[in-house]
Amino acid sequence: MHLRYSLALVSMMGAPAFAAGLSVSVEVPRIDTAEYHRPYLAAWVERPDQSVAGTLAVWYDVKNKGNAEGEGTKWLKDLRQWWRRVGRELSMPIDGVSSATRPAGQHTIQATEGSVQLPKLAPGAYTLYVEAAREVGGREIVSLPFQWPPTQAAKSQAAGKSELGTVALELKP
Amino acid sequence: MKKTLACTALSLALGTFGSLAAAHNVWLMPSSTVLSKADWITVDAAVSNDLFFFNHRPLALENLTVVAPDGSALAPENAATGKLRSVFDLNLTQTGTYRIAVLNQGAFARWKEAGDGQVKRARGSVEDIASKIPAGATDVEVTESIGRIETFATVGKPSAIKATGKGLELLPRTSPADLVQGEKATFAMHVDGKPAAGMAVNITRGDTRYRDQLAEVTVKTDAKGEFSVTWPQAGMYWLEASTRDNKTSVPNAKERRLTYTATLEVLP
Repeated sequence: MHLRYSLALVSMMGAPAFAAGLSVSVEVPRIDTAEYHRPYLAAWVERPDQSVAGTLAVWYDVKNKGNAEGEGTKWLKDLRQWWRRVGRELSMPIDGVSSATRPAGQHTIQATEGSVQLPKLAPGAYTLYVEAAREVGGREIVSLPFQWPPTQAAKSQAAGKSELGTVALELKP
Repeated sequence: MKKTLACTALSLALGTFGSLAAAHNVWLMPSSTVLSKADWITVDAAVSNDLFFFNHRPLALENLTVVAPDGSALAPENAATGKLRSVFDLNLTQTGTYRIAVLNQGAFARWKEAGDGQVKRARGSVEDIASKIPAGATDVEVTESIGRIETFATVGKPSAIKATGKGLELLPRTSPADLVQGEKATFAMHVDGKPAAGMAVNITRGDTRYRDQLAEVTVKTDAKGEFSVTWPQAGMYWLEASTRDNKTSVPNAKERRLTYTATLEVLP
């Protein structure tokens, strides 16, 4: 009886606490063109004063493909709003944030509060931005406002017209 | 023959000193003003009628100065002067904002010859203009001129522009890397390091060849020498201001003409 009791206590202490977070689903549209390049993309969270709370993801040409060192970073500035808000202060790559470009289709970006993507957020209003720029193509930005902390699971979505398909935000308390 | 020579001398002077008579636009045109990483840019330099088309003369590069973010001078490479434009390459290796400028300083003299009272003109440097005026000349008028033709390029995070404190210059309160369609940008005009209040600044969007109206905008600096612009459209813009004063160090000079032009890129 004594042994079972202590085992139960130990398992309770070891159980992980769930941090609040968000999940962003991004649809990279299928574009039929002779010279197609996968888009560069950045997803980040801004405060009302346009300061950046966190960069959730940056998809760019990480591998360089035989070009000069850092060639992939050359076009990060085409993610114009992200570049001005925070991109130009960061040094790429960032573990847990940056990765390779993605093909057409649905992709999900997960971020928990207190991670390299998203620090602990003070309560208040925020905006999620997703910006995509395609080589020899266009550029588009989509935004979704949200309140923090989420009291319950909440979903919202917006759609781009050209370089982004549906962008959906799910808040996880 | 004499008339042609005088006209040639005058137009040469105008070309070198910038748009004194607002006859032409003088400008630098960088291939990029915002870069993600250290890289090369190329810059065109011309004196023209349209913005930003090469249809008149090249801009001389002998007084070209490029200041890197750390204050050091950057030497241009592959400089060439053709029939309609000059061009040069710049290797931007530092993070921050580069200031690219042609700074023309000189003097311009006009007098009546001793013998026949004929009007003659000459141009030269501040130091040697006096030696160009012959003895016995009457009605001597000497004008000093300082013209700055400039543009900017930024690698990564912008850095502050350090004022030279000489002549007419633009001090960006909003970084030249942060000019966006629909957003307000603020600048200040300084003369010899002091705010220039009540100065008219003309701003014209490029692509003038493809529209009927020039649609230039004129703003006036406030008491702090500042002015703001909310950019109606993305594109390259030409900014121009000029003033005259009597703060000249040239002997016999009554007047100093200061001109400033800048090429600014506004992104969508």
